[in-house]
Amino acid sequence: MKLTREEVEHIAELAKIGLTEEEKALFQEQLSAILEYAEMLQRVDTSAIPPTATVLPLRNVMRPDEPHPSLPREDVLANAPQSEDGCFRVKVILES
Amino acid sequence: MDSRKPTGDYEVIIGMEVHAQLDTKSKMFCGCRADVFGAEPNTLVCPVCLGMPGVLPVINRRAVECTIMTGLALNCSIAEFSRFARKNYNYPDLVKGYQISQYELPLCHNGWLEIEADDTTKRVRIERVHLEEDTGKLFHMGTYSLVDYNRSGVPLMEIVSEPDMRSAAEAYAYLTKLRQILRYLGVSSGDMEKGAMRCEVNVSLRPAGTETLGTKVEIKNLNSFRSVKMALEYEIQRQAEILDKGGTVEQVTMGWDEERQRTVVQRSKEFAHDYRYFPEPDLPPLEISREWVAEIRAQLPELPDAKCDRFVAQYGLSVYDATVLSAEREVADYFENCVALYPQAKTVANWISGEIFRRMNEAGLSITEIKVTPQGLAGLLNLVEKGAINLNTARRVFIEMLESGRSAEAIVAEQGLAQMSDIETLERIVDEVLAANPDQVQQYLAGKETVARWLVGQVMKATQGKANPQLVNKSLSEKLQALQRLREDKKSATHL
Ligand SMILES: [Zn+2]
Repeated sequence: MKLTREEVEHIAELAKIGLTEEEKALFQEQLSAILEYAEMLQRVDTSAIPPTATVLPLRNVMRPDEPHPSLPREDVLANAPQSEDGCFRVKVILES
Repeated sequence: MDSRKPTGDYEVIIGMEVHAQLDTKSKMFCGCRADVFGAEPNTLVCPVCLGMPGVLPVINRRAVECTIMTGLALNCSIAEFSRFARKNYNYPDLVKGYQISQYELPLCHNGWLEIEADDTTKRVRIERVHLEEDTGKLFHMGTYSLVDYNRSGVPLMEIVSEPDMRSAAEAYAYLTKLRQILRYLGVSSGDMEKGAMRCEVNVSLRPAGTETLGTKVEIKNLNSFRSVKMALEYEIQRQAEILDKGGTVEQVTMGWDEERQRTVVQRSKEFAHDYRYFPEPDLPPLEISREWVAEIRAQLPELPDAKCDRFVAQYGLSVYDATVLSAEREVADYFENCVALYPQAKTVANWISGEIFRRMNEAGLSITEIKVTPQGLAGLLNLVEKGAINLNTARRVFIEMLESGRSAEAIVAEQGLAQMSDIETLERIVDEVLAANPDQVQQYLAGKETVARWLVGQVMKATQGKANPQLVNKSLSEKLQALQRLREDKKSATHL
């Protein structure tokens, strides 16, 4: 299965990654190779196997509704490239 | 808006998506406190709700219960097998690059909610009720933005209706009823102004009598009940005008501009609507036993409609009174606690919908916050019943009770407000009033009977309002009648 150039651009857009023309060509090849590798799974006969979303034998893992202390704010913001007034500072987000 | 032409030629199709924050103590997948409103930014976060690498979410059992309880109250089927899913998109309010939500196996589905609007009762079908996590909050600062992640991970219930509403009034009724039920259940405050309940509507028009669906327009940013109604009325009219001119409605996302009172096209968020949902690998699925559902069902409180019916049957209230008193669970409880101590339901209903509601409105308080308890009100009404105070005094005492929170008995005793029912004292005061107002007495005797009321007023004034009005009336009319007879006797004597 070969990805089209448009599909690569769409994936990059969803991931918010800017790609150069060379990179688009490069990733088109690389991503297609990964997909082809995964495609081997399609050849396995799964007709007798029920579909599942998990391979773990676990069900109903829940916790009681009890609050615990949160992190000190210095720790929360310690690795933030930029912060201001206790908030994470990020690039401008355009809305309406 | 009123001057515009009606939209009778079109059928309006409205569907609604409501997000309600659950009133749990902790967040959806971590132990951070969930009551984040008003907290300092980023003080209620931990590695899980900050989406740090390597952390594992764990489902809050109470949040699942709240959702199932809501599903039951909305007549839904409860899934036997349910799981969470990742909804992938990139936006700075979303720490992980995905939101944990539910997709193909929601906790609840196929329900309905009965609403009353435009003088009819109808059922709005509920497509699904599912559980997810809230996102962080953005502050736009012009050249940059700030993010507070306190809200990240707060449990959020999404309730999706089928497109069954046919007018703005029906949509308003649906939203009001939904909030009423969430509050009755105690699962959410439903406070739209605080963002605890958020609403998105989609609306389309089609020529009346046709089955084809028109182009859907989605309206977001509705943060009050009023704005939901106004936005829908505006948008219905806007679409009708486009269709009238033979135009086509564009499929867009709108926002409601409160200041300009109109819907405006919102620039789409900078991500494509391609969420690539897949089952959340970090959370084992839920198998919801029927025993658990039965347990939750047993915890369901009496819901507003049932309570209203019972108030009519049990207390003989009018449907109107019963509706008013059952609108909020706290008011209904107040009413019943009071009636248990003073079993005259109609009187209690009148005091609550009159004096108590007035106070709540004036002071912006809920019924649980005002200083007169149901026991206090019953105490006051019992004093009136026993004849210890009259109604006028009762109103004065009530105001005093609202201020101080003290009992009616204590206020009456301290201020000497007990009703004056001593016949001898009252008769003496009536005599004094008659003697002091000979002109008015003459007017009465000349046939102007309304003067009697004025004279009663004078007696009440002389007793600072404490006189027992029935006794005053009785004494006064006896004395006036005696004067009348005296006058007639005199007349006939002169004729002899
Ligand atoms: Zn947390």
